[in-house]
Amino acid sequence: MISVKDLRKSFGSHEVLKGISEEIKQGEKIVIIGPSGSGKSTFLRCLNLLERPTSGEIWFEGTNITDRHTDINRLRCKMGMVFQHFNLFPHLTVLQNITLAPVKLGLMSIDEANENADRLLTRIGLKDKSGAYPPQLSGGQKQRIAIVRSLAMNPTVMLFDEPTSALDPEMVGEVLELMKELAQEGMTMAVVTHEMNFAREVGTRVLFMDDGLVVEQAPPEEFFSSPKNPRLRDFLSKVL
Amino acid sequence: MYLTLFNDIYTNIFYSGRIFLYLSGLLNTLIIAFFAAVLGVIIGTVIAVIKVYAAESGALKPLSVLCDAYLAFIRGTPMAVQLLITYFVIFGAAPATFQIPIAIIAFGVNSGAYVAEIIRAGIQSIDRGQTEAGRSLGLTKNMTMRYIVMPQAVKNILPAIFNELITLVKETAIVSLIAIPDLTMAATMIRSRTFNAYVPLFFIALVYLSIVLLLTSVQRRIERRLAQNDQR
Repeated sequence: MISVKDLRKSFGSHEVLKGISEEIKQGEKIVIIGPSGSGKSTFLRCLNLLERPTSGEIWFEGTNITDRHTDINRLRCKMGMVFQHFNLFPHLTVLQNITLAPVKLGLMSIDEANENADRLLTRIGLKDKSGAYPPQLSGGQKQRIAIVRSLAMNPTVMLFDEPTSALDPEMVGEVLELMKELAQEGMTMAVVTHEMNFAREVGTRVLFMDDGLVVEQAPPEEFFSSPKNPRLRDFLSKVL
Repeated sequence: MYLTLFNDIYTNIFYSGRIFLYLSGLLNTLIIAFFAAVLGVIIGTVIAVIKVYAAESGALKPLSVLCDAYLAFIRGTPMAVQLLITYFVIFGAAPATFQIPIAIIAFGVNSGAYVAEIIRAGIQSIDRGQTEAGRSLGLTKNMTMRYIVMPQAVKNILPAIFNELITLVKETAIVSLIAIPDLTMAATMIRSRTFNAYVPLFFIALVYLSIVLLLTSVQRRIERRLAQNDQR
């Protein structure tokens, strides 16, 4: 579904990604872990071209998205993204946050979009907040709404960039719960996180990134029980 | 002594229809300030958007360099000199009846530079995450600017724009340099007739002050309304 070939990204003279090649298949739940500065967020942000790679190719559903002639906006509709800091639009109501993109892009009529948003909000138990503005919500509520805002576009893959890192501890659970549900429904997911339990329970494959490279990857049981790379062993001994 | 004061006020403001000289001067001041403000906001918005887009992608670099030169020239030279250049050099061949449109252009172009910086700063004060969220949903650059960034930036921009408008109204007092009968010119003409300086000058000072106070109260009202929205 997503195929990455020798992806490199530099900011100025600093090379953050040093050649990553990966395949993400339909229905997979990839969890990417690693120390800060290892390039995991940059890697994720390259997948929908929020960062333009310095070299290498990224193919998504048969299209080379790194090709200058590709209409990236059309492809981004199929790739939902959830941010660490939620990035809800504070000047719009919860409902408008969810319906803005589908309506303005002409994918749905206003009525359809409202109906779809109602359905999504009901599902996460926040239908009563549809007229509220983001500053009135808790962090957990904001992030769950950010997730359904992406879902409203009917994406085929969801990218999560440290979705629980900015949350108060008691709000982490509700967000992870929603992500687990999505996973169970078969959504293809790529998640950058520090939640090791989430990686263990939900991930189909765990990637360890260090210094711009994927240095080890395995299914979660094997990944956590018998890590081979010394840096991964060191990392796990600190976080577990 | 009071009699002399009242007499001076009467002679310098009302006698032989002088009030109409002030009024027609005030009208010219307001016309120039208003249309220059409109022109300034249009120019400023265009320049600001070019500069913001150029900061993100290289495509608009040459245009952006041109904008920088314009900003440097306008902000680096006196308004009076710009007005004289516009009137005597750029529109040197225009008939004398075109003074007011020429003043509007000179002040509009000047104001545009300051408005551009205000709007640019307003746009760039909005968190990058807002743009990224918009783009990640598949919205185009323009849609993101229009529906997500601009509505939020306006809150930061409006108060500063009002300051610029207030400055603009006061700066128009130099249009007598190109012989436009504005409010200040009216005072000068009457002063030379009556040989009285303090009444005409304090009078027009009061008129300028009233305009500025009016604008300030509008600004306060808008700021208060925007602040209310923040607390929702």
